[in-house]
Amino acid sequence: MARIDVTVDGVRYTDEVEPRTLLVHYLRERLGKVGTPIGCDTSSCGACTVHLDGISVKSCTVLAVQADGGQITTIEGLAPNGELHRMQQAFHDNHALQCGYCTPGMIMAAVDLLRTNPDPTNQEIRDGLEGNLCRCTGYQNIVRAVRAAAATPTGVTG
Amino acid sequence: MTQTVPTESANGTREIGRARRRKEDARLVTGRTRWTDNITLPGMLHLAFVRSPIAHARITRIDTSPAAGMPGVVGVFTAADLGAEGIGLPCAWQVTPDMKAPQRPPLASQTVHFAGEGVAVVAARTAAEARDAADTVEVDYDPLEPVLDMEAALADGANLVHPELETNRNALWVFDSAGAGSGGNVDHAITAAEADPDSVVIHRRFRQQRLVPAFMEPRSTVVDPTGEQLTMWSATQVPHILKTMTALSLGIPEHKLRVIAPDVGGGFGGKLAVAPEEIVTLLVARKLGKPVKWTETRSECMLTAHHGRDQIQDLTLTAGRDGTVTGLKVDLLADMGAYLGLVTPGVPLLGAFMFNAIYKFPAYRFSCTNVFTTKTLTDAYRGAGRPEATFAIERMMDELAAELGMDPMDVRKKNWIRHEEFPFTTVATLVYDSGNYEAATARAEELFDYPALRREQAERRRSGDPVQLGIGISTYTEMCGLAPSRVLGALAYGAGGWEHASIRMLPTGKVEVVTGSSPHGQGHETAWSQILADQLGVPFEDIEVLHGDTQVSHKGLDTYGSRSLSVGAIAMVKAADKVIEKARRIAAHLLEAAEGDIEFHAGTFSVKGSPDARTTIQEIALAVFAAHDYPEGIEPSLDSDATFDPENFSFPHGTHLCATEVDTETGAVRLRSYVAVDDVGNVVNPLIVEGQVHGGLAQGIAQALYEEAIYDSDGNLVTGTLVDYLLPAAPDLPDFTTERTTTPATSNPLGVKGVGEAGAIASTPAVVNAILDAVRHLGVIDIPMPCSPERVWRALRTARGGTAHTAGGPA
Ligand code: FES
Ligand code: FES
Repeated sequence: MARIDVTVDGVRYTDEVEPRTLLVHYLRERLGKVGTPIGCDTSSCGACTVHLDGISVKSCTVLAVQADGGQITTIEGLAPNGELHRMQQAFHDNHALQCGYCTPGMIMAAVDLLRTNPDPTNQEIRDGLEGNLCRCTGYQNIVRAVRAAAATPTGVTG
Repeated sequence: MTQTVPTESANGTREIGRARRRKEDARLVTGRTRWTDNITLPGMLHLAFVRSPIAHARITRIDTSPAAGMPGVVGVFTAADLGAEGIGLPCAWQVTPDMKAPQRPPLASQTVHFAGEGVAVVAARTAAEARDAADTVEVDYDPLEPVLDMEAALADGANLVHPELETNRNALWVFDSAGAGSGGNVDHAITAAEADPDSVVIHRRFRQQRLVPAFMEPRSTVVDPTGEQLTMWSATQVPHILKTMTALSLGIPEHKLRVIAPDVGGGFGGKLAVAPEEIVTLLVARKLGKPVKWTETRSECMLTAHHGRDQIQDLTLTAGRDGTVTGLKVDLLADMGAYLGLVTPGVPLLGAFMFNAIYKFPAYRFSCTNVFTTKTLTDAYRGAGRPEATFAIERMMDELAAELGMDPMDVRKKNWIRHEEFPFTTVATLVYDSGNYEAATARAEELFDYPALRREQAERRRSGDPVQLGIGISTYTEMCGLAPSRVLGALAYGAGGWEHASIRMLPTGKVEVVTGSSPHGQGHETAWSQILADQLGVPFEDIEVLHGDTQVSHKGLDTYGSRSLSVGAIAMVKAADKVIEKARRIAAHLLEAAEGDIEFHAGTFSVKGSPDARTTIQEIALAVFAAHDYPEGIEPSLDSDATFDPENFSFPHGTHLCATEVDTETGAVRLRSYVAVDDVGNVVNPLIVEGQVHGGLAQGIAQALYEEAIYDSDGNLVTGTLVDYLLPAAPDLPDFTTERTTTPATSNPLGVKGVGEAGAIASTPAVVNAILDAVRHLGVIDIPMPCSPERVWRALRTARGGTAHTAGGPA
């Protein structure tokens, strides 16, 4: 067992974890942060994407112990105060989700994409989201949503 | 064309047709979701399966004792331990009276029939402990020959998947227009064409590769045996069917079982199933008296959840030199895999009625031989039978055009049903109620700029450009809205095709509508609210759509076959009619007027000639709740329910045009433009319709270019993870141009047809036709799907007279 100290969606947690525990399992099973789902076992789908110290990571590729001392934001903490982050709003406005299973990861990845490239082209968005799979939408409305979010001034949340 | 125009919602504007943003999104974009795997119950145990690493083998020994002593383990079970040896999972479709059906056990006990089949299961305190322990269970296998090739499986003396059936042939199903009286004898058409220099006879063999549905949410089931009922949560498309089938299979009284499909992350037919793991989870929970959860890994999902497609299609088409088709003969081999799932043997039959597509063929025969192999079973996957048929016929129309030197669009125009010919009875005996192929095609050609692309193509050919341009056409139709119960009965399907809805008018005027349809991404909560807002004249926001819990929605047949809107929503419309009729009687009483003088518009009842005498349906809901003053002889309730059984299928159609650039030096294919003009009848929510089309296109294009479930010669799935199986990511797909024409369906009061499968059905042949169109002049006559760069390059190389069997890549 190893002791970790993390802040997740603004709340600090100190926990004993098995060294092999993946961050995504820690989030879901220990903290009940089930808004972040698991879609694969080969780090292929991106459904589990969260932000670790402001940068998007696939939480199934990070051990919980590696997140020790880190600040983690999940989809549940992206927009505190009950408002929507501009990316969440854009996904809603542009019908960028159907079943919604890929959506938490897709949104977290897209937020990070705009952090590094605030005004991406369609092709840059497609390339930037290559690590996130969606089986429902065909991606076109996701691209549209990310462009719409890019054109929205960042508010308090983002 | 009759069409009941719905009334309006309370604010006087119509909700139907509006691009409403979805209600569902609020929880989905914030992570407030209820996936089955999110559920945690007190004392809940976790399952991990021990699975066969071999395709076909006798089990000689299972030793569970090493696992039993592992940390956290509560139980390790074989089929015998669970009393499951006599249990067979259900197949609901006996396609022929003499169909051969093996027992499909929840866990294999004597023989395994595909790699990945479960042989034992571990229950432990955590999922990780269960997995660790499962890896220690010792199973000895005595390998048997795998059965992998359909044609070899049918040969005399072939190794048998299920020796007790004495054959690998599951069933032979035949339709002949000569016998049905709907057309001529296709053998005569072939003989006549062979003898006639002004006719052509075209034979082709196409392969529908095996696909993985690959919904993004892996399957998961939780069973809670505490309390009076067994409660099962499952990531399923079909909670009602799952409940009834589980009750029948296990002998559980149906009223003692409750099934809940909470948020479900996609299905595409892949969750139209009763899975062995669902049954095992229930058996273990019942045995241990504790809540139990099973959640699969993605790799387990790819290996064991049912696959789709997998057909060999032999086609013979005859036509005059002017392009008029005179006959079509279809002989299919369809791979069932090792077992029969819910509708496995019927999937190819759903295509039987669609090979003639939008065309007037005078003679048609279809035969399908279903074959067992030692692979994962196949079953419904988006389109189920109809994409296979559409692919084949749309490819054949291009082959015919190439043979005759005609423009492929002209060949289609020559044969299609003209808009003034509807309703039209097809050679496959379906009655197409409405359609306008000319309109959809004209619009698609306009958006695509068909003539300009043909000019560019000619120029590139002339100049010998290494990048050649190809144009692919798919003028498709499909049968949706599964299904008229009588038709299903005639096809020996084990259930009907109706759908149920009920409406509860709450005291405050809010409305709960319960639908038997079971969404998993389609947006029912939004679309149903729009429709009901118009019907009842209440605000969109005042409606809650309830579904997916058999305790709330006691009756339903769930979601598949593009049936939700054209069957499920119509049941809701019928229920709304009953609510309004009940409310009308009470309105007459309250307004002291004769019932015949009461008018209903936009949620308000008023008295003819005295516009001030009025009350709303929401006010009546409160009056009925109080029940202080209502007419004699009626019950104080507005609540209603209705069951709708469609009288016909609906027939969406459309024209898809695809332009591809094929690099003749590398084999790389680039989709340059894709235009889809679909006619799905009236549209409730254009945003949702567009989304369905996009998603369908992505899956259909992926079949053409990327996806294939491949087994090696030992029967192991070698594309068993998302690393090996190429699901398209965003850079792999183009922007689509989508538009619609509207020819309302006449078979339901909303004039809707359904849109769930159209994109997947239409797009595969459009893409492959485009690739072939780019390289046909170089001598390439076929490229098997998926048309990977390597396959395109090899086809080009073979056509040029080089050898294509070198191990290396592009020279
Ligand atoms: S679950 Fe992490 S990438 Fe798929
Ligand atoms: S919305 Fe279903 S996987 Fe993306």
